[in-house]
Amino acid sequence: MLKADFLKTAWPEPGKRIWIGKEVNRIDGVAKASGRAKYTYDINRPNMLWGKFLICPHAHARIKRIDTSQAEAIPGVRKVEIVQGEGSEIVFHGDEIALVVADSEELAVDGVRAIKVEYEVLDHVVDETNLDQIPRGNRRPGGRRRTGNVDEAFASPEVVTIEGQYGIPMITHCCLESHGVVAEWTGDDELTVWISTQNVSGISGQLANALKIPAGNIRTICHFIGGGFGSKFGPDRWGILAAKIARELNRPVKIMLDRDHELLSAGTRPSGFARVKLGVDRKTKKVVAWESTLWGTGGPGGGGTSISVTPYIFTRIPNQRREAYNVRANVGPRRAWRAPNHPQGAALTMTALADAAAALGVDELQFFLNNVDLTDRPDVYTQELLIAADLIEWRKHWHPRGESGSGPLVEGLGISMHTWGGRPHNSQALVHIYPDGSVDVQLGSQDLGTGTRTVIAIVVAETLGLKPEQITVQIGDSRYPPSGASGGSTTVGGVSSSTRRAAVDALEQLFEKVAPSLGVEPTDLVARNGRILSKSKPDLSVSWKRACRTIGMEPITGQGRQPDPEDQPLASQGVGGVQMAHVVVDKDTGVVRIKRFVAVQDCGLIIDLKTAKSQVYGGVIMGIAYALYEECVHDPITGRRLNPNMEFYKLPGIGDVGEIIAHMMVGKVTVTAPDGRKITIDYDEPGVIGLGEPPVISPGAAISNAVANAIGVRVPRLPLTPDRVLAALAGKGGLA
Amino acid sequence: MAEKQRGRASDRLRSGISRRDFLRGSGALAAATALRTATEAAAAPAGAASVVGPGPVPVTLTVNGQTHRLKLEPRVTLLDALRNHLDLTGAKKVCDRGTCGACTVLLDGAPVYACSVLAIDAQGHKIETVEALSPDHPMIQAFVDHDGLQCGFCTPGFVMAAVAFARQNPECSEEDVCRGLSGNICRCGTYVGIREAVVEAARKMRGAANA
Ligand code: FES
Ligand code: FES
Repeated sequence: MLKADFLKTAWPEPGKRIWIGKEVNRIDGVAKASGRAKYTYDINRPNMLWGKFLICPHAHARIKRIDTSQAEAIPGVRKVEIVQGEGSEIVFHGDEIALVVADSEELAVDGVRAIKVEYEVLDHVVDETNLDQIPRGNRRPGGRRRTGNVDEAFASPEVVTIEGQYGIPMITHCCLESHGVVAEWTGDDELTVWISTQNVSGISGQLANALKIPAGNIRTICHFIGGGFGSKFGPDRWGILAAKIARELNRPVKIMLDRDHELLSAGTRPSGFARVKLGVDRKTKKVVAWESTLWGTGGPGGGGTSISVTPYIFTRIPNQRREAYNVRANVGPRRAWRAPNHPQGAALTMTALADAAAALGVDELQFFLNNVDLTDRPDVYTQELLIAADLIEWRKHWHPRGESGSGPLVEGLGISMHTWGGRPHNSQALVHIYPDGSVDVQLGSQDLGTGTRTVIAIVVAETLGLKPEQITVQIGDSRYPPSGASGGSTTVGGVSSSTRRAAVDALEQLFEKVAPSLGVEPTDLVARNGRILSKSKPDLSVSWKRACRTIGMEPITGQGRQPDPEDQPLASQGVGGVQMAHVVVDKDTGVVRIKRFVAVQDCGLIIDLKTAKSQVYGGVIMGIAYALYEECVHDPITGRRLNPNMEFYKLPGIGDVGEIIAHMMVGKVTVTAPDGRKITIDYDEPGVIGLGEPPVISPGAAISNAVANAIGVRVPRLPLTPDRVLAALAGKGGLA
Repeated sequence: MAEKQRGRASDRLRSGISRRDFLRGSGALAAATALRTATEAAAAPAGAASVVGPGPVPVTLTVNGQTHRLKLEPRVTLLDALRNHLDLTGAKKVCDRGTCGACTVLLDGAPVYACSVLAIDAQGHKIETVEALSPDHPMIQAFVDHDGLQCGFCTPGFVMAAVAFARQNPECSEEDVCRGLSGNICRCGTYVGIREAVVEAARKMRGAANA
């Protein structure tokens, strides 16, 4: 490979960007909307078998006896595999007991029903809401931290003390495409798996260990995925079992979890509850002390919300004392859920701060502005708070807490703030330019619906002077160069960096081929609008297609990687974000409606403004979902999950989300701070930063604060269902 | 079929309780849907108590203008027949019990949850799936233009429900769309784009041939 280095990889200057930062339609939109896109669930292979699991109906039990004989006797049932046999202790409702593989989905269901299991039901813990009532053995310390001197701070006559208790329950991912896999052996030790995954390049290695074949012999395919949100990184039990049984029976095996199974077993977001005590200086209205006891559960393994997020963002409060407990409970095990720990942190911190503002009689916006220097990015938050306040018309609609008129319909405003990292993950990319002028790009990445495919196409198109639709993007296959898993908002930085470098590398090679035919140096060339042009002789140019004819027989291959120690960084990490909610609450029914929701978000250099905004809308709507509707409900008597279905595991519909305004911070932004200082920030300057997580963090807190502002009392825990709103209004469990 | 008529028909279950009343009574926040339900579709031939099955029986389905002769167990849903037996996988299986709308197809022009209709009961009806729509159908284009999709798993169901809705409501507002499409759920949160898309496509579809 020729290794020339005369082109810069740096992103083009603002005025020179053709596609980057514009609103570009997603390139796979038609395939998805027209039903032509094939997801794992849609893969039908010749002679394929179906697998279904028998799951445990108890929260905690020991298996005394399993009888599979009747299942095995059903014609068409090919295999009954015991997953957890006699004597096993099952620690949550929904864990897998046995798998039936049969000729059809219906027969597999018959097989599951025919299995007889005798359980010894054991004691369970499914309610973690009251720390003092959790059995000692189920509580483990989750850390202690101290800064400054809290006791002295609280004792000071200058300090006003505010106390509260807040909570955010366990929820689940509810990916509309449930978890699952199709496994097909193409040779004795060669396997293809179609799997609904966020981790195309990482599945083969994990499966290889379990199957004892070389990882390189396993091809992982996921062209489209119907949601992951952090719950789809591994092959899981079903992936391994599908592959093993497919090998044994020499037929492809498909396992897609049923909805109840998926909701019970395939991941939860840990709950978080906290008792918080805040000290605020009477005169300066600055928070000077924070004390908190935090607890929560991430299932049978413990693992609640991390102590690192209480307090959230306002980490520079000078005096702090905090402790945390992890509760082991007989509920579905945790998995990463979009922005792990942060939504809990916001729901436990921003609420306490708003209560402090209300107690002091300070406008909530003023209070947050006044305390931004307790965060790591005061200037960003100041700008975003002021812009969000304009968009929600804060001045027009704000009133002190509870002073919202006498009718049953009351309105309120609330604020929350957040942060996220979003560093670029490792990624490799290949860009091919073919003699016929066609271009493709290959990465072992995946598009979760965030717009990854489109971003990759835009970066190549921008670099080569072509249009995004001229670029064939090949992802979703482990045969392409490895790229990181899509989690933690790391994808866009990773793939845009590796792709940019690969495209620049390919373009340099093309310039070297074309230059002699134009009689100029390669360094004199640029690619723009489907042509290769000379910089020194403006009328000297050749069309892209013609230029590519000089390539010869073999295509040009450009290579790019992230990180690249020989190149400048193209992506970075660290964002802010401010959200404000305007709600209407019906005090007679307790129903909360969103009137307007404003999300102001920075995320470095935006590649596709259209899909970036969609990330924000989507994050906000998922946030409205857990603020108002979502919760895993457990029966205290039996320990069973009561709502492993979509009738009662509530998600908002299209009419439930109100007006949403997404405002992206792009380019140079200047805002005058309340103290008259002019703050200017160039948001593009750090390069590309991930965006998937941040917008989902704040809605719970912002909406809770808005409801408190409307009805005059705090509804202490999410979701803000009508019964909880009414209870708070009746003085039960409310906090004035 | 007119929108009003469809709404009335779908509100009546065999029990005599309307679906809307039932939902109101149960306090469901995701409002009543205008989609026909399994019970209703299955209720059709009153008094014709012929027993079929339990083994596979011949089933003839007319899907997207084509006739398919299949052998299916009577318990096989229309959704499973389409997806598992005809490889028409545009309609998705998400909840499999009539709450999410991802499986929406049209039965004689009216949207139904295919997971909640038995294949044998869909015989003799004109079944349209998302595959019947040309990729440049105004509704599909509008979903793409307004980015009314992310992962896309709910999208074909939304598109089919939206097509049926828009055919009856060419002058719809975003508010109308919120009511008309309340029977579909999206987890990625694409409602903002969908609201805009349906309003725009409804207008474009009027007068457009084959929309
Ligand atoms: S799959 Fe049919 S309504 Fe959900
Ligand atoms: S786009 Fe993912 S569920 Fe709607």
